Amino acid sequence: MTHYSAFALLKNALSGHKNWREQWPDAQPKAEYDVVIVGAGGHGLGAAYYLAKEHGITNVAVIDKGWLGGGNTGRNTTIIRSNYLYDESARIYDHALDLWENLSQEINYNVMYSKRGVLMLAHNVHDVQSFKRHIHSNRLNGVDNRWLTPEEAKAFCPPLNIAKDARYPVMGAALQMRAGTARHDAVAWGYARAAAARGVDIIQNCPVIAIRRGPDGAVQGVDTAKGFIKAKKVAVSAAGNTSVVLQSAGLRMPLESFPLQALVSEPIKPVFPCVAMSNAVHAYISQSDKGELVIGSGTDQYVSYSQRGGLPLIEHTIAAICEVFPIFSRMRMLRKWGGIVDVTPDRSPILGKLPVKGLYVNCGWGTGGFKATPGAGHLLAWTVAKDEPHPINAPFTLERFTTGRLIDEAAAAAVAH
Amino acid sequence: MLLIHCPYCDETLPEPEFAYAGEAHIARPADPMALSDEEWKDFLFVRSNPRGTHFERWRHIHGCGRFFNAARDTVSDKFVMTYRAGEPRPNLDALKEAAE
Repeated sequence: MTHYSAFALLKNALSGHKNWREQWPDAQPKAEYDVVIVGAGGHGLGAAYYLAKEHGITNVAVIDKGWLGGGNTGRNTTIIRSNYLYDESARIYDHALDLWENLSQEINYNVMYSKRGVLMLAHNVHDVQSFKRHIHSNRLNGVDNRWLTPEEAKAFCPPLNIAKDARYPVMGAALQMRAGTARHDAVAWGYARAAAARGVDIIQNCPVIAIRRGPDGAVQGVDTAKGFIKAKKVAVSAAGNTSVVLQSAGLRMPLESFPLQALVSEPIKPVFPCVAMSNAVHAYISQSDKGELVIGSGTDQYVSYSQRGGLPLIEHTIAAICEVFPIFSRMRMLRKWGGIVDVTPDRSPILGKLPVKGLYVNCGWGTGGFKATPGAGHLLAWTVAKDEPHPINAPFTLERFTTGRLIDEAAAAAVAH
Repeated sequence: MLLIHCPYCDETLPEPEFAYAGEAHIARPADPMALSDEEWKDFLFVRSNPRGTHFERWRHIHGCGRFFNAARDTVSDKFVMTYRAGEPRPNLDALKEAAE
């Protein structure tokens, strides 16, 4: 693997940038692996990287039905934050935030992590009470988050409309400064390159048809479009398609898949310094380094695998953005798309062992999986390598839906994340 | 945008008139106390979430206000048919017939 540095850039500039090598080889499947990871998004590739780096397990394949990072990793709005209410959630998301801090250095790939701050707008008394409760809870958990008055919020984010007669008046905001954005494609590419350099095979355009189990019930491997691949352990990190993949292993999951849409505007000069989210009117916005406004909101209401979603939701989102940020009312939008997110009943992920020997899952991140990418990869690798969960992901079991020990961020936030 | 046929109003109308109401044909157990935790989990939380034909409930919230059921393909989002609440789950032959 070529080490990326200012010197390498200079050297290649002198030779007209003709000598850059491919970032990772496109592998063909071997007959057998120690670990097969289903899904080459940021989470799956991250898990492969940490398996190789921290646990010395390098006979690993990451298999994807499409191209690398072409699912939700490349379709999200790149928001990173950890200001969740419950202790378990604060720990798992803040663990990811800790890894984001040095990720570019760690994998020698610029993921453009930008701590620009995430502002969550309060529009009514309930929002104010709920966000202040979040702030207190976050502080007890060592997660940074503080309260801003409307004037302070306006000073931090000048395009914000805090007029008293606004349709959605701003009564204050919660600000997490360590939160921000990152370049989503770079996360997948960086992990892929770093994992491949340690011997991991990345196999694209190879749908997993079924997970094969032996007579004793244990996992034997996966049937794919390129034939059977034997594996001692299989980890499924397939986002919206998780329940379909796991059904082939005889498991029915507490998951439903919904389209989550996003859209971007034409690129403009820097105007928006942070990420702003509004839970009550349900829209969020930031500006990419390219200059596009990146806008998203909640999921469509119906179960779907279409990766499109419907226009009524876009209309609702844009209406909300135009009310809260009237400065953008005449912006033109360039394109919109959808990704399929797998949502659990309590809106918290399932990350751990399954009741099948050798089978592990990382799913249910719903509308907020990107922010967790390094943490989810790190914890999934630990769980697979040691055959037991890390203390941070130990509460995020499948069994919690039987025991009733839910981590109910759905009720805590009253919206999808 | 989805165009949805309300089987009570007998009209095909745009999605914003309707509210989605989750998977259909999940009957509340007659004797909940008799269920094991595992069975209660299945009833409360586990859903079929198919990549293909999905039986689901909708409510004509800005119209007649009534709940009805639909069969819809979750890959194309195309409705195969809608039918009144209380009617049994249509079999695949009936679905094919409706599609033609």
